[in-house]
Amino acid sequence: MADILENLLDSIKSRFGESLVGCGFCQGELAVDIALADAKEVFASLRDEFHFEQLIDLAGVDYSAYGASEWATVNTSSSGFGRGVNETSPGRSAESVTVFVETSKTKQRFAAVYQLLSISKNTRLRVRVFAEDDDMPIIPSVIDVWASASWYEREAFDLFGLLFEGHPDLRRILTDYGFVGHPFRKDFPLIGNVEMRYDMEKGRVIYEPVSIEPRVLVPRVIRDDHRYTIGS
Amino acid sequence: MPEIRNYTLNFGPQHPAAHGVLRLVLELDGEVIQRADPHIGLLHRGTEKLAESKPFNQSIGYMDRLDYVSMMCNEHGYVLAIEKLLGVDVPERAQYIRVMFDEITRILNHLMWLGAHALDIGAMTVFLYCFREREDLMDCYESVSGARMHATYYRPGGVARDLPLSMPKYDASKYRSQKDVASLNRARQGSLLDFIEDFTSRFPACVDEYETLLTDNRIWKQRTVGIGVVSPERALQLGFSGPMLRGSGIEWDLRKKQPYEKYGCLDFEVPVGVNGDCYDRYLVRVEEMRQSNKIIRQCVQWLKSHQGSVMLDDHKVSPPRRAEMKESMEALIHHFKLFSEGYCVPAGEVYSAIEHPKGEFGVYLISDGANKPYRVKVRAPGFAHLSSIDEMVRGHMLADVVSIIGTQDIVFGEIDR
Repeated sequence: MADILENLLDSIKSRFGESLVGCGFCQGELAVDIALADAKEVFASLRDEFHFEQLIDLAGVDYSAYGASEWATVNTSSSGFGRGVNETSPGRSAESVTVFVETSKTKQRFAAVYQLLSISKNTRLRVRVFAEDDDMPIIPSVIDVWASASWYEREAFDLFGLLFEGHPDLRRILTDYGFVGHPFRKDFPLIGNVEMRYDMEKGRVIYEPVSIEPRVLVPRVIRDDHRYTIGS
Repeated sequence: MPEIRNYTLNFGPQHPAAHGVLRLVLELDGEVIQRADPHIGLLHRGTEKLAESKPFNQSIGYMDRLDYVSMMCNEHGYVLAIEKLLGVDVPERAQYIRVMFDEITRILNHLMWLGAHALDIGAMTVFLYCFREREDLMDCYESVSGARMHATYYRPGGVARDLPLSMPKYDASKYRSQKDVASLNRARQGSLLDFIEDFTSRFPACVDEYETLLTDNRIWKQRTVGIGVVSPERALQLGFSGPMLRGSGIEWDLRKKQPYEKYGCLDFEVPVGVNGDCYDRYLVRVEEMRQSNKIIRQCVQWLKSHQGSVMLDDHKVSPPRRAEMKESMEALIHHFKLFSEGYCVPAGEVYSAIEHPKGEFGVYLISDGANKPYRVKVRAPGFAHLSSIDEMVRGHMLADVVSIIGTQDIVFGEIDR
């Protein structure tokens, strides 16, 4: 299996050259990064020349809080562990819209991740495309290449605000009619911004600002410590 | 001459044949569908975002509630993704238990599908028959996890506990005579494995029963043959998987092609359809129930003759035994850390897929090295299937919409997530 993927990577490298901006293996899976400008042609040839007949999944990812933790675990000797969780952590409340660029691993904030499956060759490939502009993340639509992209792109638009250029019907799909915002972005609060109830006096359903408290019980911790590795 | 206009019909979201909260906006020319626009998301709970705010182990329960008629298979996809990132191996006995419960779940799902599909098309009896067998399988869930549906039984590193040695029994009451109770408890005298074995020996006859009601039934054939035909090329384009893909004649089953757990060691066959219509998909699913039954039998045989651990012996991911915690400080600390902070998963990205009863269920997991996932994306088979409904119903009659929703095996828990 590993050999097949090595060979696939070699042929992808020689075929796409400059369009391939990154590649790697993770737990025996092949993942490649494709330059935004060439994405459309690369996907078409992945289907026709490399026989990836199926787009299995398309996921939006917001990398803005990658590597951010809420609980310092390194400087134990000087100040001890901080016992409180920082209220301004991403997604805790609506006021906590912080900038996470310094913690982020990637330069760009948004990416679309495509899981491709070749049924004839029995291989999988993960392709990642980063949107260039964080405020206006535009990614070319692959709806002409794989028809299944239609709803996946609508979903990524709805949840992350990724704009798929060339999609004929880029409407919201999972959120409520008239929803504001993109809920899976890291700066969108987990409890949401509005809540809904039936108003007896007005005789209709109304929206109000959320009244519940943000309640995340376990802090987000990144431990780089041999005592915490599995199998030790 | 009066002006002829298309008629727009709102189907759902509270229609019993919509299989949940599906709202379909149908454009009709007479009784012929011109266009279907499904509105989904009425059951959206943000499972993926919730999972990002919790340690890895605490989201297993959410997975049960995705596709709420095939609970353990959802858990399996999620748990496999975590194990892949952690790089841990599961004990062999736990792998067999997982395969056995995956197949029990497949039968559970297909029974629910068959009953509901037949009921939608007008066959009431099948529904009652299917639920009779479902009840026994629910009892298996209950005896192993304490819950009839949302089991949270699979854990990273194995399963929550070993199979119980006794089955719960019925009590006599003023509604149930001693004689009825005796017949209900007949198969429940031994262990869970004995009960499952007894089930597998009587289940093929039950499938025959469903088939006598439907397979050659004139009305059933009129409602399903030639309805919702999908060519193999379109099936691939539309992202179909599972019985929907096999019904169109493509031989593709992850259990065979990319075997996980113990599927490589088990003997079973993969049914494939020919015409790609609702009837072929019905035949494929019915045969799958027989094959699942066969797999369960093999697992029971293996599990009866092999003992062993069902959980990884590493207290970084699996809790220590209660008795051990009374003696050992180390075990107590491990227990506390595991249930408060959880464990940190090495940074990386994985996609792990399983052959879910409905198709390919995948979990794309990104970890940045923290005790919570950075991003969880659930690839629900029903989402891709439902997105093709416009193409499948075009040109069919209004009544065929119900057959096509039924044949897609739609469950909204997983589509809306």
